[in-house]
Amino acid sequence: MNWALLWAQLFNGLTLGALLVLVAMGLTIIFGALGVINFAHGAFYMVGAYAGYVAFEATHSFVLAVVAGTLVLLLLGLVVERGLVRYYYRRPHEDQILMTFGLGIILVEAIRAYFGGISKRLPVPNWGGGAVNLGFLYYPTYRIEVLGIVAAALIVLYIVLYRTRLGLIVRAGIEDQLMVNILGINVRRTFLIVFGLGSMAAGFAGVINAPIVTVVPDMGTLVLVQSFVVVVIGGVGSFWGALVGGLIAGEIISLTAMVQPAYSEVMLFAAMAIVLILRPQGLFGVQGRQ
Amino acid sequence: MIVEKLATRGPLGRWLPEAAAVVALIVFPSVFALIGGTADMADRILIWGIFGLGFDILFGFTGLLSFGQAAFFGSGGFMTAYLLIAGITENAIVALVIGTVFAAILGVIIGALSLRRSGIYFAMLTLAFGEMFYFLDISPLKEYTGGENGLSGVPATHVGIGNWFVELHTPEGMYWVIAILFLIGFWLARRIVNSSFGAVLLSIRENDQRARTLGHDVQKYKLAAFVIAAAYAGVAGGLFGLFQGYMPPDGFYLETSGQLVVQTIMGGAGTLVGPTVGALVWIYLRTALQQLPIIGPIWKMVLGIIFVLIVTLFRRGICGGIALLWDRIVGKEIQQTSMPAVAAAVAENTPRPRAPLTGKVILEARDLTKRYGGLTAVDKVSFEVVEGEIRALIGPNGAGKTTFFNMLAGAIPPTSGEMFFRNERITRAGSTAICQRGLVKSFQINQLFPSLTVWDNVRIPAIARTYGKFHPSMLRDVGNSEELNALIAQSLAAVHLSDRAHAPARELAYGEKRRLEIGLALATRPSTLLLDEPTAGMSPSERQDTIRLLKSIAAGVTIVIVEHDMDVVFGLADRITVLFNGRKIAEGPPDAIKANAEVRAAYLGNPVQK
Repeated sequence: MNWALLWAQLFNGLTLGALLVLVAMGLTIIFGALGVINFAHGAFYMVGAYAGYVAFEATHSFVLAVVAGTLVLLLLGLVVERGLVRYYYRRPHEDQILMTFGLGIILVEAIRAYFGGISKRLPVPNWGGGAVNLGFLYYPTYRIEVLGIVAAALIVLYIVLYRTRLGLIVRAGIEDQLMVNILGINVRRTFLIVFGLGSMAAGFAGVINAPIVTVVPDMGTLVLVQSFVVVVIGGVGSFWGALVGGLIAGEIISLTAMVQPAYSEVMLFAAMAIVLILRPQGLFGVQGRQ
Repeated sequence: MIVEKLATRGPLGRWLPEAAAVVALIVFPSVFALIGGTADMADRILIWGIFGLGFDILFGFTGLLSFGQAAFFGSGGFMTAYLLIAGITENAIVALVIGTVFAAILGVIIGALSLRRSGIYFAMLTLAFGEMFYFLDISPLKEYTGGENGLSGVPATHVGIGNWFVELHTPEGMYWVIAILFLIGFWLARRIVNSSFGAVLLSIRENDQRARTLGHDVQKYKLAAFVIAAAYAGVAGGLFGLFQGYMPPDGFYLETSGQLVVQTIMGGAGTLVGPTVGALVWIYLRTALQQLPIIGPIWKMVLGIIFVLIVTLFRRGICGGIALLWDRIVGKEIQQTSMPAVAAAVAENTPRPRAPLTGKVILEARDLTKRYGGLTAVDKVSFEVVEGEIRALIGPNGAGKTTFFNMLAGAIPPTSGEMFFRNERITRAGSTAICQRGLVKSFQINQLFPSLTVWDNVRIPAIARTYGKFHPSMLRDVGNSEELNALIAQSLAAVHLSDRAHAPARELAYGEKRRLEIGLALATRPSTLLLDEPTAGMSPSERQDTIRLLKSIAAGVTIVIVEHDMDVVFGLADRITVLFNGRKIAEGPPDAIKANAEVRAAYLGNPVQK
């Protein structure tokens, strides 16, 4: 047993998982509050990475790149909610899925048309270069910082969801949307904010992850699929479900890669199948919620 | 739909869609060439068309939106290609059949898993499982599939007998093979859609919960539709590999599943030919747009925008739109169903005197209890209903009537206690099985199949009654079954809706919808009918009509009724059971209940003097 490799893979799983948590969190709060599953969420993540890339090319500041990616996605989220999604709240789920799926195609192709299909690179920020000696392992500094950054972002999201009035409305909406309407809360504005917030999470994750992966127009597809798996494993609409599901997914991919690299992605779906058989509503899901 | 309408015009008209398809397939290559289409494009369009026939049965008719069809397209394609390349068989048709069966078997596995969740989850799960096949293809199985390179060198073969054969490696020769398979696929799909199986699929799309409570094993029907779609995908994938002489890993891409969905929506879901038309538009536009100077590089974005516009504004798609236009211009043609039984059924509908009660217990609850956390909604309620009686269940709001009712109908499982129907234990049997035994519930809030006609609505329970909870007979035209037609006609006559038989359920007036709701339950030919507030929301005159209606029904059926309107209760019931705070506080004939002090106290809120 190669302990250094095991530790390295455990940490790789942690960083991958942390980013999946962030993306899945955006997906799940939008679905929980609005009842809409955003099939363009992966494309949003990709647009975030590109926005970060453009900002970095212009300013050479990674922090500004993160700010730009997040703000661009906030804006994109607000525009998409006002321009498209809000017309779909009363339509069947299938139509919502089809529309967001089409939106994803448009975004990917627009980016491809403008930036071309060749991969872009966002370099690791200068405060994230090199490796850190953890005693048992040398590990890239930036990846450890990513863990910290994601943890901080999740704490902010947690506070917004569990310690503010907005969060209370969102969580009440997850429990019973009709009742929230009846109570006279301005649901429309809440929906707008939630959609913006969920999109921001995807954009933020896109920029933070850009130095670790290559930035290409198709980069969102795999992330979308993986975050679906996270949501199925964890249970939709659940903060803790997305958190635990994301970390489990990251570790499954990394640890399988160590033993049987060919099966690393396949194992993730196998895990999803097992959850479906044993606990179809997901680890933290509520039974009966459709 | 146009074809459906024409199809009702006699034996010649019945084959009209197939005849039209034959003509269209024959002239298509030459007409298509006039606008610059090639044989290669024509082949691709028909392959996507076959792929789409199965997908339309799954999505257009059953309402299951799958984003994972590439899994079966790819599996069928790689299996077919592998068999030929490895020399296991030299016969392309044999390879194609094996590839199709392989895809169908995978459909059973993936379908069983994905159908554990419905709606949005189903779409997410199929997408995820579809990606799983891509990863299986490029990594663990790459020895067989060629990984990222795909499988090249599918041997050039031909199909035929003696001197009559076509070369499979030329687009022109391949066209006729694909066209014949398309025709078979189209014929089969039309039979499936017009069978009793297809009718149930439609009801699942419209309201799957209701189909379940009317005695259909919805899960089995959904799985069957999923497997059918997988088989069609397998054929299409196999043809794709044969036609190109090469099976690329693209077969497993999410893009493949996505393109199928996009084409189906563009062409029109629920029309069978829609996906083919969508494929024609997509493939032709792709080629045409790519040649334009500015649009060329962004052709896919343009198609994406068209797609979103169609979803937003024109959800019926091209074929659905044409059908709608046709209806507007030609006017809706009333279908003439041959129903010799109608007259007899109407005649039979004059109220018969009720038979005297036998005293035999038909439905029994023993200490039935339902707890939600700390709240006990129903607390150890026992009751016995005698065959032929009309029993009313009353109580103030929150007494637990609806919960009790839902337990009897199998909609929710009891926390404890037992239920028996005709001396058989039905405690945890579920609503489908309970309905099949002859105990059925009609809902307080109408649960209809909104876009089906009144006749087709009632056909759904009639199928469950006549053929049982799962009847995979896919080739017999459901409209030709005299047995079904007679049962539908009788049920409609019983609820006075015969003259509305061809109106879509959503266009009915409220009172008519209530009657159809009861008619759905009646068509299961129940021995016991549970009616949840049948007169809710009705005007006084409609109420009187409904009371008369229920009395006429009661001639042959045991009825348990939950009702708030005391005129209805005391005008109908033989005996009354009173629930209060989840417990049974009184039971007896109407006069005794009227005089019961505890019942009065429960309704008026006076403390009970003990």
